[in-house]
Amino acid sequence: MYEQIAFYLFSVLTIGLFLVTVLTKNILYAMTSLAGGMVFISGFFFLLEADFLGVVQLIVYVGAVMALYAFAMMFFDATRDIKENTTSNYLVFFLGGMIALMLVIIFIAPIMGDNIQSMYPPIEGAGNAQSVGLVLFTKYLVPFEVAALMLLVAMISGIILAGKKMDNSLTTQEDIIIEKEEIIK
Amino acid sequence: MEKFVYIALFAPLVGSLFAALFGMTPKKTFIGVISSLLLATSFVASAILATYVVQTGHGIHVTMMDWISAGDLDIPFGFVVDQISVTMMVVVTLVSTVVHIYSIGYMDHDKSFNRFFSYLSAFVFSMLILVMSDNFAGLFIGWEGVGVCSWLLIGFWYHKPDESPDVNPSISPSWAANEAFIVNRIADLAMLVGIFVLYWSTGSLQYDVVFPALPYLDDAILTTAAIALFIGAMGKSAQFPLHTWLTDAMEGPTPVSALIHAATMVTAGVFLVIRANPLYSMPEVSEVSFFIASLGTFVAFFAASMALIERDLKRIIAYSTLSQLGYMFAAAGLGAYWIALFHLAAHAFFKALLFLGAGNVMHAMHDELDIFKMGGLKRVMRGTYLYMGIASIALAGIPPFAGFFSKDAIIETAFNEGTLVLWTILVVTAGMTAFYSFRQVFLTFDGNERYKEFNIHPHEMYKFVLIAMSPLALLAMIAGFFQEEFHKFITTSLEIMPNYEMSHHTHELALYLGILVLIFAIGGILLAYKKYANGLVRNEKVENSFIYQLLKNQYYIPAFYAEFISKPYALISTMLWKSVDMKIVDATVDGIANMFYKGGDNTRKMQTGNLSNYLNWMAVGLVIMLLVATIYTLKA
Amino acid sequence: MIGLSHYLVLSGLVFSVGLVGVLRRRNLLMLFFATEIMLNAANIAFAAVSYYYNDLTGQMFAFFIIAVAASEVAVGLGLLIVLYKKFGTLNLDDLASMKG
Repeated sequence: MYEQIAFYLFSVLTIGLFLVTVLTKNILYAMTSLAGGMVFISGFFFLLEADFLGVVQLIVYVGAVMALYAFAMMFFDATRDIKENTTSNYLVFFLGGMIALMLVIIFIAPIMGDNIQSMYPPIEGAGNAQSVGLVLFTKYLVPFEVAALMLLVAMISGIILAGKKMDNSLTTQEDIIIEKEEIIK
Repeated sequence: MEKFVYIALFAPLVGSLFAALFGMTPKKTFIGVISSLLLATSFVASAILATYVVQTGHGIHVTMMDWISAGDLDIPFGFVVDQISVTMMVVVTLVSTVVHIYSIGYMDHDKSFNRFFSYLSAFVFSMLILVMSDNFAGLFIGWEGVGVCSWLLIGFWYHKPDESPDVNPSISPSWAANEAFIVNRIADLAMLVGIFVLYWSTGSLQYDVVFPALPYLDDAILTTAAIALFIGAMGKSAQFPLHTWLTDAMEGPTPVSALIHAATMVTAGVFLVIRANPLYSMPEVSEVSFFIASLGTFVAFFAASMALIERDLKRIIAYSTLSQLGYMFAAAGLGAYWIALFHLAAHAFFKALLFLGAGNVMHAMHDELDIFKMGGLKRVMRGTYLYMGIASIALAGIPPFAGFFSKDAIIETAFNEGTLVLWTILVVTAGMTAFYSFRQVFLTFDGNERYKEFNIHPHEMYKFVLIAMSPLALLAMIAGFFQEEFHKFITTSLEIMPNYEMSHHTHELALYLGILVLIFAIGGILLAYKKYANGLVRNEKVENSFIYQLLKNQYYIPAFYAEFISKPYALISTMLWKSVDMKIVDATVDGIANMFYKGGDNTRKMQTGNLSNYLNWMAVGLVIMLLVATIYTLKA
Repeated sequence: MIGLSHYLVLSGLVFSVGLVGVLRRRNLLMLFFATEIMLNAANIAFAAVSYYYNDLTGQMFAFFIIAVAASEVAVGLGLLIVLYKKFGTLNLDDLASMKG
């Protein structure tokens, strides 16, 4: 019962928050609602007994990624509304609606392969984090290491890409130009 | 001995490839010398093989490699040197060697000198493949190789245009080459059918498998194979009605004519019939054989009649080849294969000599070929006159020269077989042969010097050329004396070459028959002497007569072909081109291309450079794919 | 009772929301947000399958997706900054320099 209430509550909140992310004009609202959506998604993970995944979701997404976005936005002046010509809503909602509809149809239909044998069942008597650790560091060791390497490369590249010409601020220049234009008016 | 087989066969190929290396470069005399030396090597090897075969009495059979081995089909690349092929090899290589040496002099001023030798040697190589192969497939390869080389050589001066009949009644060499090639293609189709029939019914293409299997075959199959193979031979040996290409082939350089007529091309047809003699000797195909004899006799007469009034020096000789080929087929058709082969060899010598002599005349007269514009050349061209005289005597069949023995044997055969109609025609033709060959000699070398009107200053050919021609002249004189030896040698192995002897009755009459033929021949010569030796007297009335015009236009056969075969064919081709090719085939291809062009033009608008649009299109694609997945899910 | 289908449908809907964002927005940063939404939708599906089939493989994939997402953000933001320095905008309409 609680599970159902939690599921539907989280579902509505998640979709609602993500819709705000997608539709809002203010980039700060978008980022905040995205972070909120991420928190509720970790709620699903707890519901699904993937405790460790939920924790990672909170740490990585809500913590690291959002912090990264927040830092990045310092370059782009987040306070102003975004001026953009969004694609016509009819087309977007038609395409999005179609995809959603068809995904729903596909997922509602009985899933084939109900008799799938699990390859790595959770270990009896061990917590989720322990099971995950056992599988991750035995069967998925090589991908894990590769992922670690990938993160390292991503970190270095991110630093190098963003770190060039750090001394001249972009927003201030733009602001100065805008201020000049306002003065001329 | 095996190595001599390979030397004889591949020396010309080496020469050809060597000359081909220099094909595009300016004239280099050493190319001709090396090609000739290699040909001479080939001749020496052939001669060694010949002595070997004469001494041991059996042939050499070598298998060079497996060539086609697919399923039941197994064709090794093998060569056989037996009595028949060794005779052919010696004749071919000897004549070709002389022609090669001759060409060094004749093609002296030609800028494509090197290319010429490349073709010439390749021609000889093809012919050697043809005669030496131990199976029908190899024979066919050589057959086609000869066809290709003849095409290359007849069309050697491909840049020359047609000339009007007043200047020089010539058609363009490229046209002549195409005609020769296409006519041969028609005949080759029949030949292929014949080969297929033999393979289909005996399961092999090897001579030594096919021929012993013949007695077990159906009449119908034997007849089909015999007819089909003979049609192939007709094309290559230019028998009626496929004869028109031979005279037009005179557009090629004269050494080529000598080679085609004496050694490497037209004799291939006769060779095929001789080689396939077990097939043509079968009693079941006696009608076909008799047809061959009759057609041969007819062509002998038919060609000789056209030669009577021809004005073009080389065409006269070409007609005489046609006529002599008719003799050979007459002998082969009547079962006297060894006599046919003997005449082939003897004919090769004096015909090559005639052509090379004609080449000398042509060289001297600056490519003028009309004998009405010559005359009196013996005063400036002694050597050539002598050679042409010897060759003409041999051709006319005056003893003791070669032509007498071989031709007389054929005529005797016709008598011996009791085919008196054929005999009569052959005897009359012998007289005509003597007439036209001496008409040509007298008009060219005797009488008043008509060329002076045309401001031509004839000169004799190079000395080395004349010396190179001497072996041919010698052989044209003496080859006849070896008739008995040849007879004994060639019929050593009766499986390869059946014996043919005159009956006792004929033997008794042989002397009288010979004298009769001789009378006709001498009569022909005398007539020619009386009419032409003291200068040309043109008779308007005769020249306007129906028969003269008929002969002059070659019985209107070329015109008939042009009108009833070439023109409708061109018409149909044009129609198909315009209606089928352009409107259906081309239109389809163009339509497909246009579709893509238009599609590309229209879809170009999609490429806005805006990532957002691309993402939209991606979503459209995703929708389509999901649609497919949905339908698949719902169906399952 | 909540079954696998519920989670999968939820995942599909979240994915569609992300897709709408991708299609609708012209600002690159917003596109990145939308991409994150789509990745998370996939994570929900993986975790759900992992739970209902009693197999940890799904969670493993979710971890790797999170790792990929983190790398993507790091590199992507670096690129966005370079782009912004160069063109002074993140609007795709102003960046259409590859018109065919």
